[in-house]
Amino acid sequence: MLLIPCPFCGPRDESEFGCGGEAHIARPTDTDRLSDADWAAYLFMRKNPKGVHLERWVHRLGCRRWFNLARSTVSHEILAVYKMGDPPPASVAGQEARRT
Amino acid sequence: MPAKTRYSIFSLVRNAFSYHENWEEAWRSPEPRPEYDVIIVGGGGHGLATAYYLAKEHGITNVAVLEKGWIGGGNTGRNTTVVRSNYLWDESAHLYEHALKLWEGLSQELNFNVMFSQRGLLNLAHSPHEMRGLARRVYALNLNGIDSELLNLEQVRAMCPILNFSPKARYPIYGASLQRRGGVARHDAVAWGYARGADARGVDIIQNCEVTGFQISNGKVHGVETTRGTIRANKVGVVAAGHSSVLADLAGFRLPIQSHPLQAAVSEPVKPILDTVVMSGAVHVYVSQSDKGELVLGAGIDSYNSYSQRGSPKVVEDMFGALVELFPIFSRLKVLRTWGGIVDVCPDASPIIGRTPVEGLYFNCGWGTGGFKATPSSGWVFAHTIANDRPHPLNEAFGLERFSSGHLIDEHGAAAVAH
Repeated sequence: MLLIPCPFCGPRDESEFGCGGEAHIARPTDTDRLSDADWAAYLFMRKNPKGVHLERWVHRLGCRRWFNLARSTVSHEILAVYKMGDPPPASVAGQEARRT
Repeated sequence: MPAKTRYSIFSLVRNAFSYHENWEEAWRSPEPRPEYDVIIVGGGGHGLATAYYLAKEHGITNVAVLEKGWIGGGNTGRNTTVVRSNYLWDESAHLYEHALKLWEGLSQELNFNVMFSQRGLLNLAHSPHEMRGLARRVYALNLNGIDSELLNLEQVRAMCPILNFSPKARYPIYGASLQRRGGVARHDAVAWGYARGADARGVDIIQNCEVTGFQISNGKVHGVETTRGTIRANKVGVVAAGHSSVLADLAGFRLPIQSHPLQAAVSEPVKPILDTVVMSGAVHVYVSQSDKGELVLGAGIDSYNSYSQRGSPKVVEDMFGALVELFPIFSRLKVLRTWGGIVDVCPDASPIIGRTPVEGLYFNCGWGTGGFKATPSSGWVFAHTIANDRPHPLNEAFGLERFSSGHLIDEHGAAAVAH
């Protein structure tokens, strides 16, 4: 069971949270010129690293706010928590196991 | 290749005279050769079935199956052994029904008892709306020539009297759909049977051999790097379940796949009490009783990505809650063990079987939470795809290109438990 440090409420049990998948996916702005392959990349292709994963979580049964989390998909260790819109902290930014 | 001893009552008796100490090995453990015609990455049921059908149906016997651990030690040995073909859409119905037909003759085909038991499979409905959803699925299946029928409450009660039929139940039972040809099979035996059959036809099964990279030049694959050296082949088929994304990354392209833990459990063994498979999408559990007497049950995936083969206790707790809600009689059973496997989940809950952006490299992945039942047809169509460099009509719709063409095969509902 994960003990997730909500940036607003502090450490809480995983059962209070919902996992929203990969973080930092930006919706393309030039949608009228986007190819089918680019749409597929935006809609469906996902990082699935064996290592550090940057992901979004929501404190569903708490403050109901979204935030970002850096977590190892091997050990489940939570390496950093940061707010929506913020870039990943320098300590984990370089650790992402894989390119896009 | 010397022919294998045929397993029969006579070979059993003959070997009894030597205290069963002289059985020949079911498959060899050869050193990898420097080059093969085809390399299969992943020695689970699907990979071994692919190698078997490559040799048997297409005459390609210069094949190696590379397995990083031991064969059948991944999801093949971790699933809940349910076999069925009650999928809604035509593409999946045909693919899974082809598997079910192969299952029906598999023990004879492989000369290996896979203990396929067509004990029937119930999908429960807990509301009139769910009943209508099941009716739609049953009619669609019947139109595809697949056995499936609707049961009313009394028919469900006659078939499985230990269910909670109380009108005061939190999720009262309205009825069910039934696939009589569905059931369970011995999962390890499927891997062993295919391994033995492939080995007898000349396939090299190489365990403890992890693929660490691909040799690719000019967009064509020429071999793989492994922990036991470089092995060349102009055709490579990858069937690596939860690690598909890692291998796709090594080959330089992306997949729409997310790896999640899927947990299962068995209870202590008890005398025969449940002679069918019961699934419920609403309370989210599926359960059958093994020949040893243990209840085998599973539920849905953990919500987060993981490669750790373990999940959170919360998911297991919900699964037991659902079980006890459906079967109050099981409330005092002890849990023998729980475990997890890493499943490769696709956005449309359907597999990806076909060619990749790299010539000569083929992927068979994305089976998610329901790959075991498809083992025979997965190997069958993947062997065809590799041998002919184009998909079989059964897996044409399951290519990677469907994510850009938009022709998704949305089987979230028909997957019978909501994933």
